[in-house]
Amino acid sequence: MDTKAFQSLDCLPGTLREAVINLLYRLADDELVIGHRNSEWTGHAPILEADIAFSSMAQDEMGHAQAYYQMLHQLGEADPDTLAFGRKPREFRCAALVCLPKGDWAFSVLRQFLYDAAETVRLTAFVESTLVPLAQLATKLRGEEKYHLMHGRSWVLKLGVGTEESRGRMQAALDVAYSCALGLFEPTEFDEPLAQAGIAPRESELRRQWESAVAPVLADAGLHVSEAAKPVYGGRVGRHPEALKQLLDQLQLVYNIDPTAKW
Amino acid sequence: MVSETQKRRNRTATRIVDCRLSIVDCRLDAGAAGGSSVANRKSPILRALESVTDPEIPVLSIVDMGMVAHVRIEREKIAVDITPTFVGCPAVGLIRESVAAALAAVGETDVTVNIVFDPPWTSDRITPAGREKLREFGVAPPGPRCGAGQLTEPTHVPCPFCGSLVTELESLFGPTLCRSIHYCHRCLQSFEHFKPV
Repeated sequence: MDTKAFQSLDCLPGTLREAVINLLYRLADDELVIGHRNSEWTGHAPILEADIAFSSMAQDEMGHAQAYYQMLHQLGEADPDTLAFGRKPREFRCAALVCLPKGDWAFSVLRQFLYDAAETVRLTAFVESTLVPLAQLATKLRGEEKYHLMHGRSWVLKLGVGTEESRGRMQAALDVAYSCALGLFEPTEFDEPLAQAGIAPRESELRRQWESAVAPVLADAGLHVSEAAKPVYGGRVGRHPEALKQLLDQLQLVYNIDPTAKW
Repeated sequence: MVSETQKRRNRTATRIVDCRLSIVDCRLDAGAAGGSSVANRKSPILRALESVTDPEIPVLSIVDMGMVAHVRIEREKIAVDITPTFVGCPAVGLIRESVAAALAAVGETDVTVNIVFDPPWTSDRITPAGREKLREFGVAPPGPRCGAGQLTEPTHVPCPFCGSLVTELESLFGPTLCRSIHYCHRCLQSFEHFKPV
């Protein structure tokens, strides 16, 4: 592909600027929302190590969200705090997968695995992005993400081949989560311009890579993806499960008491 | 005789110093150069940066950690680029303030501290001295050249207390984002490992 590099966010021409803003909202909102879901295990996970892992991942994902929001701010959007705490559910661009309640431990570890595999595929592609600040950030985030993926994979394998109950719970979780995970790759009107400019691959391409990354692990864990699994779309255009509203009510509660408060 | 204009030009030229902290270079530069006011300021600046510690591992300075990416000195201004270990590291804000305070203490008050992701911090940036200090602190240092996003599971990490390799990974996540927890079968105790990233 004959593409030129965009050394800074300021180099983006108007049309691509809008596409990048949309992309960054999708990335940031996924991270913020799953980060909050992970934090719901702090103090409640089945064993101490699991508690520390989910709390650490929550902190990582929130940090990643902040870095993406910071890029949005450089592109003229509001500051990171306002973006995280000052928007309504319909303004969020996250996928259904991250919105769903934490469920049981099986659901949370499976969701996290599916999500981390998607993030790894995305970040690996972004390392080659023509948008230099995105490539730099992706290079950095990939090193952190590998620990999330290792953690998720080991839990999926452990519970998948564990007891009858653990396998049953994992399969039930997969039956719900897989369709929602496919929704992470909801196509948008910006796929084409972003791909042509070499900024991000098409969502369909990322989905193919993700499917071939998760399939062997799910197979090793003895879990089956239903043939009927259809992607749950809508998140990227602001249509979300009711669970997002409840999550944001909690996440934004303190901020909304006095948005101008200095911390 | 060198004209005043020429002198001023020379001064400006030498004041724009990009002492890429590849820390060792900077130290050598400061020692070797001498003379110009910039060179005279380099040692105190470096010492000030070396006095700033990572609040989560207080025995290590941000220089040992390889977190100081660039220092640019231009006239009275100093710009310090800090490349954070983890993007979500809660210590970044504090480190930023500490850098400004440490430089103010050596008379450098016009300081900008930037948080950058280029170069990306990887565990390969920790200096040999930093690795030794980590070990003494009881945290197993990351192996050399195992950072930069490589997918390797940290197993059989040498125990920082007895050096045994008969150790196992207990938890990929530890008390801070940058550490995992391991168990040594020789000393029969848990230890922390600075994650290769």
